[in-house]
Amino acid sequence: MDVTAPMVEFDRVQKSYDGETLVVKDLNLAMPKGEFLTMLGPSGSGKTTCLMMLAGFETATNGEIRLAGREINHIPPHKRGIGMVFQNYALFPHMTVAENLSFPLEVRGLDRGTRETKIKRALDMVQMGKFASRRPAQLSGGQQQRIALARALVFEPDLVLMDEPLGALDKQLREHMQFEIKHLHESLGITVVYVTHDQSEALTMSDRVAVFNDGKIQQLAPPEDLYERPDNSFVAQFIGENNKLSGKIEGLDGEQALVRLHSGELIGATAVNTGGIGSETLVSIRPERVEFRFDRIQEGWHTLDAEVLEFIYMGDLFRTRLRVAGHDDFVMKCRNIQGQERLAPGQRVKIGWHPADARALDPV
Amino acid sequence: MADMTATSSGAAPQGLQTADGRPLKAALAASQARAKRRAFYLVAPLLAFILLTFVLPIGQLLTRSVSDPRFIENVDRSTGEVTPIMTGLRAWFKANAPGTEPDEAAYAALAQDLVLLAELRGQGDVGTRINYEAPGTRSLFTKTARKADDLEAPFKEAILDVDKDWADPVLWQAMRDASSRYTLNFYLAALDMTRDTDGNIVNVPEDRQVYLLLFKRTAILSVLITFTTLVLGFPVAYLLANLPLRYSNLLMILVLLPFWTSLLVRTTSWMVLLQSQGVINDLLVWAGIIGDDGRIQMIYNQMGTVIAMTHILLPFTVLPLYSVMRPIKPSYVRAARSLGATSWTAFRRVYLPQTVPGIGAGALLVFILAVGYYITPALVGGSSGQLISNLIAFHMQNSLNWSLAAALASLLLAGVLVLYWLYDRLVGIDNLKLG
Repeated sequence: MDVTAPMVEFDRVQKSYDGETLVVKDLNLAMPKGEFLTMLGPSGSGKTTCLMMLAGFETATNGEIRLAGREINHIPPHKRGIGMVFQNYALFPHMTVAENLSFPLEVRGLDRGTRETKIKRALDMVQMGKFASRRPAQLSGGQQQRIALARALVFEPDLVLMDEPLGALDKQLREHMQFEIKHLHESLGITVVYVTHDQSEALTMSDRVAVFNDGKIQQLAPPEDLYERPDNSFVAQFIGENNKLSGKIEGLDGEQALVRLHSGELIGATAVNTGGIGSETLVSIRPERVEFRFDRIQEGWHTLDAEVLEFIYMGDLFRTRLRVAGHDDFVMKCRNIQGQERLAPGQRVKIGWHPADARALDPV
Repeated sequence: MADMTATSSGAAPQGLQTADGRPLKAALAASQARAKRRAFYLVAPLLAFILLTFVLPIGQLLTRSVSDPRFIENVDRSTGEVTPIMTGLRAWFKANAPGTEPDEAAYAALAQDLVLLAELRGQGDVGTRINYEAPGTRSLFTKTARKADDLEAPFKEAILDVDKDWADPVLWQAMRDASSRYTLNFYLAALDMTRDTDGNIVNVPEDRQVYLLLFKRTAILSVLITFTTLVLGFPVAYLLANLPLRYSNLLMILVLLPFWTSLLVRTTSWMVLLQSQGVINDLLVWAGIIGDDGRIQMIYNQMGTVIAMTHILLPFTVLPLYSVMRPIKPSYVRAARSLGATSWTAFRRVYLPQTVPGIGAGALLVFILAVGYYITPALVGGSSGQLISNLIAFHMQNSLNWSLAAALASLLLAGVLVLYWLYDRLVGIDNLKLG
């Protein structure tokens, strides 16, 4: 095994099912050992196909997939030694929990004593030691999830794939399990490829997130970059809530762009992914970066006139929908702090934001 | 009384009550009574139908298998009037132990009984009844009853004058057996056993044993047919469950097509295919694989029965298997593969065990249908491919020994029930999935 080689490497990988359309278009990706990488994207974006190619259940139509420096395109799944957690767990219903965990050890020819030690350790790791003799059907969703996790880890693989493993759990349990998986990843030092369509899950758990759309990686970056510095409009829209204002580039000075909105106003923005002067653009602003209180809007901020259309009380947040520059889906989020003002529909306010928070991206 | 109600309501913590003080259980029953009644009315027609066409005939069958009272009573065909017959002889049997040499008193009773029998014209029925257990004796009764009025003492000599076969101890044993209303002799006969002249149970001579052989053959052929339907049906069911919908629908039609075709048409088309001048033999000869004089006998023997019945019963395995395989997600096998199992291990240890309810249901269904199958073996089975059902039909239609037919059928039924019980013990009947 080449220690310097990336754990997982996709090299110009393409995949087509029917010979007419590409489900995965030119995928290039390298993962160091120990990384937690999430493939995030809407359904049909190619993320699950990538995972299946890595696991060996689909073959790449073109390109190479390498595991620790070794090409694995033609290695059958059972010889890859990759642990996998499936959507809906795929626990064998006719076996007990212990038998489920014993399965990967038996096919590897381990003796009984070793098997029992490993099973016990794996079950204790997910706090399921007492459930060894239960059948999967006698367990709750969260418990089944833990067993599936233990089964994927019991034979100590270096790489673990997880295909939307928390999709079937309710919100509270899901959040709890997110942290548990994260902690397991840290304490075991394994490499994890995690597939999900839930962006908050991706942000919470990952070292890096690959945002998939249309068979391509739109952006591969740590969560913070992804949220705060999206490369394009798709990522800005897909990750978190986002306001977009459409306009044309009127001036460009290095990173600074002047955008003439279609409604006539001129605003400044950070040019990220735009054409030259005169090209269409979408300016993206996060709702929580928008401010309306006069005393907080600072020198050098951009301000626009806005009309309040709707005020929603969300507990920790106030969500205010505004009409801004001809768009009536502009959202502003304010923390519910002591003395926070509640706007009423019909009210006219001036809103503003720091120029760095407005990012001029490609038009969709 | 008032005291009792007070204590029962006071000291019964498990007896919960409704808000207005009625016992909860009674209130529950009352509130559900209407729904239960309606449910009952819905199933009542089916219940009546089953009682009338299933439970009643089976009850009759079971009774018939232990009782054939034609030696005891005569039923007038036109009026339905029942007259007790052979009363004298039956009294003599009762007074004398089995194996007693028939004396003058016995023959006198017989002569007297034969007079009544001749009056009632019942000698044929009685003869037939005795003939079942002592073959070749029917004519004795008809012949002697005709001359019953002329018989005079000493009766023994007179009767033996008519036919010396009357002295046969086998005949007397048969008449003694027939004089009790209930008998297990039909079951003995169905198991190739009989009673000797002393009343002991013995096997019938080997050259006359048929039923055990047929039971055995029926069981072996049914197991073989069940096995072949499983082997052939399993891949088909797998394809059905896993192909894309448009292909699997087409395949499903092909599987169901035999269901929509008449049983006779299917069986006769096998005749066309398999007979020695048939399509398959012609093809083999044409291809030079066999010579014209070496045509293979594929029909009118056990092979014909097995081939035709496998084809006819195939859907009964495919459908339960399909219904079990359909919800098995491909992720199970994938999980097994990702955990390090080869595709064979994944199939054997993960996929196959999950199809066991379907295999069990299909096998049980096909086996039960096969042991009772009648038309196909009758048409394509020749003499070596006959099953026990063909013999039951023979006794129903030709020999008219309904009691023996009933005994054979009851044994078949008992065998199936034992199998069902075994299945329940081994696999669990709630694991059975028929569709």
